[in-house]
Amino acid sequence: MSLLSIEDLKVTFATRRGDVEAVRGISLEVTKGEVLGIVGESGSGKSVTSYALMRLLESNGRISGGDLTYGGVDLRVVPESTMRDLRGREISMIFQNPRAALNPIRKVGHQIEDVLRRHARATRFTAKREAIRAMEAVKIRDAEARYHAYPFELSGGMCQRIVIAIALACDPKLLIADEPTTGLDITTQKAVMDLIADLIRERGMSAMVITHDLGLAAQYCDRIAVMKDGVIVEEGLPEKLFSDPSHPYTRKLVDATPRADASIRSLLPPEQRTPEPSLTEVTAPLLQVRNLVKTYQGKSGPVHAVKGISFDVGKGESVGLVGESGCGKSTTSSILVRLDDATSGEILFNGDDLAKTSARTFARDPRRASIQMVFQDATDSFNPRHTAGQSIAEPLKRLTGLTGDQLSLRVEELAELVGLPLPLLNRFPHQLSGGQKARVGIARAIGVNPDFLILDEPTAALDVSIQAIVLNLLVDLRQKLGISYLFVSHDLHVVRLLCDRVIVMKNGEIVEEGPADQVMSAPSHPYTRTLLSAAPHPPALTVSVPSAAE
Amino acid sequence: MSGTLRTVIVRLSQAIPVILGVVVVSFVLTRALPGDPAVYFAGMAADENSIAETRTALGLDKPMAQQFLVYAGDVLAGDLGQSLSTGQPVLQDLMTRLPASLELTLTALVLSCLIAIPLGILAATRPGSVADHLCRVLVTAGVSLPTFFTGVVLIYVFYYLLGVAPSPVGRLDFIYIEPDRITGFYLIDAALVGDWETWGAAAKQLILPAITLSLFTLAPLARMTRAAMLSALSSDYIRTARAAGLTESKVLYAYAFRNALLPVVTTLGMVFSFTLGANVLVEKVFAWPGIGSYAVEALVVSDYAAVQGFVLAMALLFVALNLIIDLTYTLIDPRIGFETR
Repeated sequence: MSLLSIEDLKVTFATRRGDVEAVRGISLEVTKGEVLGIVGESGSGKSVTSYALMRLLESNGRISGGDLTYGGVDLRVVPESTMRDLRGREISMIFQNPRAALNPIRKVGHQIEDVLRRHARATRFTAKREAIRAMEAVKIRDAEARYHAYPFELSGGMCQRIVIAIALACDPKLLIADEPTTGLDITTQKAVMDLIADLIRERGMSAMVITHDLGLAAQYCDRIAVMKDGVIVEEGLPEKLFSDPSHPYTRKLVDATPRADASIRSLLPPEQRTPEPSLTEVTAPLLQVRNLVKTYQGKSGPVHAVKGISFDVGKGESVGLVGESGCGKSTTSSILVRLDDATSGEILFNGDDLAKTSARTFARDPRRASIQMVFQDATDSFNPRHTAGQSIAEPLKRLTGLTGDQLSLRVEELAELVGLPLPLLNRFPHQLSGGQKARVGIARAIGVNPDFLILDEPTAALDVSIQAIVLNLLVDLRQKLGISYLFVSHDLHVVRLLCDRVIVMKNGEIVEEGPADQVMSAPSHPYTRTLLSAAPHPPALTVSVPSAAE
Repeated sequence: MSGTLRTVIVRLSQAIPVILGVVVVSFVLTRALPGDPAVYFAGMAADENSIAETRTALGLDKPMAQQFLVYAGDVLAGDLGQSLSTGQPVLQDLMTRLPASLELTLTALVLSCLIAIPLGILAATRPGSVADHLCRVLVTAGVSLPTFFTGVVLIYVFYYLLGVAPSPVGRLDFIYIEPDRITGFYLIDAALVGDWETWGAAAKQLILPAITLSLFTLAPLARMTRAAMLSALSSDYIRTARAAGLTESKVLYAYAFRNALLPVVTTLGMVFSFTLGANVLVEKVFAWPGIGSYAVEALVVSDYAAVQGFVLAMALLFVALNLIIDLTYTLIDPRIGFETR
């Protein structure tokens, strides 16, 4: 029998431009012990559905139609006090960005106690013991010591475990997980998802997993509903969705999800696929990094962020730099783009040692234009008071001396090159979508004709279908302009699609390096194997495309 | 806890150079004041010789460095010199004047906190409600009405028209005797000896100027509480707390308000420092024998020892205040103690 049933649910938000219907009549059922995945891209209404169900909508949102029934209780009509009793005890929720989801100035143990005592699962005297038990249940080692920790003292994965502990402390029957692993490292993501899956099974709970990652949903859910623009477009078993999607949107999502067997063009819808790019033949090295070391002065002694790494990037080559947070990949890229100085080592660029010029003076160096960067967060890396056109024009003014008509011509030329419609050049960053911002960021970086482009997770914040388009754009640009790429990412699948060669970093050292396909198919280092196995494994497509190396 | 203790010690030691700097600045500032103190001290009928004599007697003919050393030595010994206008040692003047100002300011601040913080919380939890509008009106009135105006209006209404307030002159009506000096705060001293009649009289004198001042200080506090509560209430951890079914009061006070306290405490510190220095107008309107009016009178007659003493006392007070605020931070926010470690 169904534990939760949603019947023709509609959610409306009152905005300045009138009412906006975010969820437009969806029906779902969750039976006992079932894990339902809700997959959709941003703006699909998947999170709003879960907040409506918890009656935690923001003050301008309301349920404008339909029925919500949980275990025979009509969630739309019960008084707020009953709802508060249900939250945490019957239905619990875990969130994305676990660090922000915890009260920053309250000990995590006390936060668990709060919910235990609220639902009468513990008294003042047993609270501490029960809280520690709840922490042990989510496999937190040394729970007694961690009880006194504040969220800022814990890692992201550990914070998510605390959030899970809070959610599961009172043995709810339904768990709603809203993007539970977004922003976590790939191995942490796997650990957290495995933990959630184990706990759900052990306690016989039902769950709703809300995610943008079809691969993740396919791996952990019994059934998947695909949402788009506030409606469910398709619902079914994971294998069925992957092998035989009936709705074109599902087809598009399945295609765009990076998989072990995908190629860069196959991410796009079939009608947009162009011939696959060929591997770059490297003739001469462009960048040679030799014994690069970076040591910070930390609070408790020196921190060795980069421990003497050496690698080459050939002319026109695309190299992927992969690793988890704290591995030194961001430090390396900011040194290479000359925004930071190395402690020691050489950065030979066309034979010239760039490390001899300090990062502070490099901005006025004639070689500044030849090394550029596309930054991770498209929103934060723009001046919010500059239009897209101004953002693209800014480096051109400084580095190429273009002015007036020539400058605006060049900006328009760049916009066309990255596929940004010209009218959008007059818009401010907040008026652009994620994909459009990514294009502006790329146009800004390639405007000054660099030889070497560092891409710092340029697609991390994008929906998969947009990511597919941006990745293909990057491939096209490289072929057209002959720029060398250093593609920094934590996603091995994405790196394989875009790069000729892969460098895997861990703890400031390079643990493995080689041609992308070889590293992916036959990794030699155990860490690379861990990374590969941690990535979600969507079911293979019925028509598998053999990879180029085989 | 050892982290907090270390932070306290670090912050205390950081205060030492600041205090030294203040001693130097107060010395230089008074030397830069226009007018020759020697001429002043020598009196109206002085001639060249007697002025020179006075100058030697005051030590003003010595080189600056030596003057400074003498001054610093005197400060260390607790001697701030003699006030020209009152004829009393400056230290003694300050000892009587400062508690008067502090008593007024602190009462006003407690009063405005008692009103502003609940009002700010109410306004933040119910945006657009009556409480929110009341908050906005009060804030606008508080910042736009100058204290001398509200003071005079209050006197007019409560003393002249209604006759419920005592005559607005000083800290105590003349029929009462000052309580024995223990702390210098009349309310505390009277309470300590159990003289409730005097306590009541002092409180009556205090209430109008305190309300005047609190109307003025209420505005930034209420605004900041509202803004900080709004941002705390919209954060992710409040959503988590609500999703866990915590009661609304727990969500509001243990989660939102404690996080909103930081900016409120910062504002409180700022408000406290500017009211201590800027309540001259209130002191003048209510003939309050505070430190603000003392300093202004001293400045007008180039009474440099008094000015020097005032600057030094205020600076020390601000250093102490900042220290208290910083320590309050570490108590509220565990992250701060961690960063300075």
